[in-house]
Amino acid sequence: MGHHTNLLSYRRRLFQPSPAGDRKLISIYHSRPLFSVNSNLFCLIDESMWGIIRQNVGVTGGLSSQGLGNHMMRLRPVASAMRSYSSATKEMTVRDALNSALDEEMAADPNVFVMGEEVGEYQGAYKITKGLLDKYGPERVVDTPITEAGFAGIGVGAAYHGLRPVIEFMTFNFSMQAIDHVINSAAKSNYMSAGQINVPIVFRGPNGPAAGVGAQHSQCYGAWYGSVPGLKVLVPYSSEDARGLLKAAIRDPDPVVFLENELLYGESFPVSAEALDSSFCLPIGKAKIEREGKDITITAFSKMVGYALKAAEILEKDGINAEVINLRSIRPLDRATINASVRKTNRLVTVEEGFPQHGIGAEICASVVEDSFGYLDAPVERIAGADVPTPYAANLERMAFPQIEDIVRAAKRACYRSVPMSATA
Amino acid sequence: MWKHLPLWKLLSTVELSTSITKSKAIFSSALNFDYSKPHYIKFFSSGLYFIILFLFLFFSDPSPNLTFQSLQQPKTTTDAMALARRSSGLLKPLSTASSSSLLQRRPFSTDDTTTITVETSVPFTGHNCDPPSRSVDTTPKELMTFFTDMAFMRRMEIAADSLYKSKLIRGFCHLYDGQEAVSIGMEAAITKKDCIITAYRDHCIFLGRGGTLLESFAELMGRQAGCSRGKGGSMHFYKKDACFFGGHGIVGAQVPLGCGLAFAQKYRKEDHVTFTMYGDGAANQGQLFEALNMAALWDLPAILVCENNHYGMGTAEWRAAKSPAYYKRGDYVPGLKVDGMDAFAVKQACKFAKEHALKNGPIILEMDTYRYHGHSMSDPGSTYRTRDEISGVRQERDPIERIRKLIFAHDLATEKELKDIEKQARKEVDEAIAQAKESPMPDESELFTNVYRKGYGVESFGTDRKELRATLP
Repeated sequence: MGHHTNLLSYRRRLFQPSPAGDRKLISIYHSRPLFSVNSNLFCLIDESMWGIIRQNVGVTGGLSSQGLGNHMMRLRPVASAMRSYSSATKEMTVRDALNSALDEEMAADPNVFVMGEEVGEYQGAYKITKGLLDKYGPERVVDTPITEAGFAGIGVGAAYHGLRPVIEFMTFNFSMQAIDHVINSAAKSNYMSAGQINVPIVFRGPNGPAAGVGAQHSQCYGAWYGSVPGLKVLVPYSSEDARGLLKAAIRDPDPVVFLENELLYGESFPVSAEALDSSFCLPIGKAKIEREGKDITITAFSKMVGYALKAAEILEKDGINAEVINLRSIRPLDRATINASVRKTNRLVTVEEGFPQHGIGAEICASVVEDSFGYLDAPVERIAGADVPTPYAANLERMAFPQIEDIVRAAKRACYRSVPMSATA
Repeated sequence: MWKHLPLWKLLSTVELSTSITKSKAIFSSALNFDYSKPHYIKFFSSGLYFIILFLFLFFSDPSPNLTFQSLQQPKTTTDAMALARRSSGLLKPLSTASSSSLLQRRPFSTDDTTTITVETSVPFTGHNCDPPSRSVDTTPKELMTFFTDMAFMRRMEIAADSLYKSKLIRGFCHLYDGQEAVSIGMEAAITKKDCIITAYRDHCIFLGRGGTLLESFAELMGRQAGCSRGKGGSMHFYKKDACFFGGHGIVGAQVPLGCGLAFAQKYRKEDHVTFTMYGDGAANQGQLFEALNMAALWDLPAILVCENNHYGMGTAEWRAAKSPAYYKRGDYVPGLKVDGMDAFAVKQACKFAKEHALKNGPIILEMDTYRYHGHSMSDPGSTYRTRDEISGVRQERDPIERIRKLIFAHDLATEKELKDIEKQARKEVDEAIAQAKESPMPDESELFTNVYRKGYGVESFGTDRKELRATLP
């Protein structure tokens, strides 16, 4: 506990309250810019920061080795960061990234409000909206009854009138109750009214499987929403993605479906200084090349990006240099980046958690076949969720969703390095 | 000289008959005309006389012609009214030309100061609230406006019927004739900052919100001059500057949207309300109750207007709803049952509802109304109801007839004047249709416009993506 005492003494000596007098974590991100003045980092440590530090230790220690593996130890890097703050990379969980993005956007634009089940007093079903009710009040952080069709419609109606709602679905499985409003009321309105009525709304929430939640709570809706013209569909992976894309989504004048991932909420990622700035924004419709490579392209989004990066490390040992693309945006799909990458590497593996038929991988494959057929040296490989409703039993669930070895195997197949399989009937 | 015209006209009918016989004689003799004889003078003078007579008769037709407006102003309103009273058909003054457009009122009907009190047809029935009084104050101008506007709406819907049958309108066409009083009465009670959202039977609501006939017909025919530039169609009329948010194709979905509009009005602390209109068919939708629950929880200024025309497509209300008392369906939310064929009842109810909603939150208005057409143009409308029922309602409860009777009862116009207004409506509708027909179809590039408000230069595709690609601006 010695290091705790050290931090405490630093705090006592150097703590200055933020301008608003608010000592919650979220005040960090817009009270002053980080890393500009030496003493700032120390000033920003308070109780909730303690909570985060402890939470980081607990959460990442408890997680299986997913994500970027070598960020287990929290206290020591932070303590050292305090002494060498100028070169430290700040770590932030996806949850905090989303929370901070929401907070900043609500502070910047009074038209932005949050609506959903348990977003207010419960502090968010997954604590994404923690602290917002206290800060902005019940008019802007609205708890709703369990009526998705109703509150999604109310959100779209408010957006018709010019407000900027952020509607939370507790998971996107429940968005099916309200999907008519997402598609027919929100996505198509600008077109049907010839531009008179735009709908600056964001529908956000966790998408895809969690752990052991069963068939009705595990579906990925990327392909469903990604097929609708008039919508934008964003899928963040890291904290920087989460921050930048959510801010871009809230500022966007069109309806955005923002698909998060429950298992990523607790994961920490390093964030650059510019990502912490309140005006930080990522472009919509641009994929990110997480790892450069030259032998094979692996496209993935959301949690699968982490798996793809791990797979790439394993493939590296076998001499296959994989390029990993983090899609970030399912609609608009960054076909240019994908095709450019395939033209470079000549092989493609698409990875997704959703159902395989008519999935994201199918669209990417078709796009590559249409635009870069001559560059392909091997058929496109698709890794997707199993074509079954999600089972509960742990071993069956493991079989229902892509694992790292599936990606590795598919990549080797695309490189013609796999052991020949016996012909199947 | 104009005052003598009636007598002149009488004389002219006599003269016409004599001149015809004269001219017959003249023309028959013209065939055997002997130019050597001096009879030609007689011929030409008779002919000239006939021509001049014909010209006078032509110009005596009191059709509402703009060139005559300046000539036809009577000195005072009472003069004209006195004339009207004294005339018994033949001696009608020329000045009783009907208004040539919605904007140009007949001289004597611009009276905004006299208050006329009208009783609604039936008293209101309230649920959890005290119904407003049956007596509604109005002015002659408002009465004439009601008549004129409803005549235009009726004419527009009938014209849309024939356009659909001649295949100029495609897809869906849901007509509102019979229900005009709801739109008219509502507009009389509210401002253009109060929002309205309705379902697919939206042509007349659009007109009531200030839309033009040209925009309506052009949109129905899918032309550029339409309110949605031809990209929406019959069910997707919008007029955002008048706070008319459509035009919605999914039954019942407009109710949460309307509650959302009310949410925004409350959020912004505006002193306005939202009228969310739906039918008896949509009244059973779950999302309606979800939205109503939230509207009541949060005291949103939302007024849910159920236009109960007793048939949800082909299903009568008794077959669809266990409790067809739609104004009571809100349970804890107050409701009011209104005769939807009586424009003044609607006006009174909407005024009452607006005051209520601004103070106490949502309220339900059930408008008991009727549609003469079927559900849409593909529905004859007589397989699930009898023709007697339709004609019975038309005779007993027609909204335009009611206003006509009120106008006569208060001596605001003569029958001929009202007929002239209807003729004018027909004329303007025909002109609008002609103009709309000339409007071109949208340019092919419009296929890709307005997909997004901000497209970031994203690519979009036609059916054959190697053939047709576009960037969204």
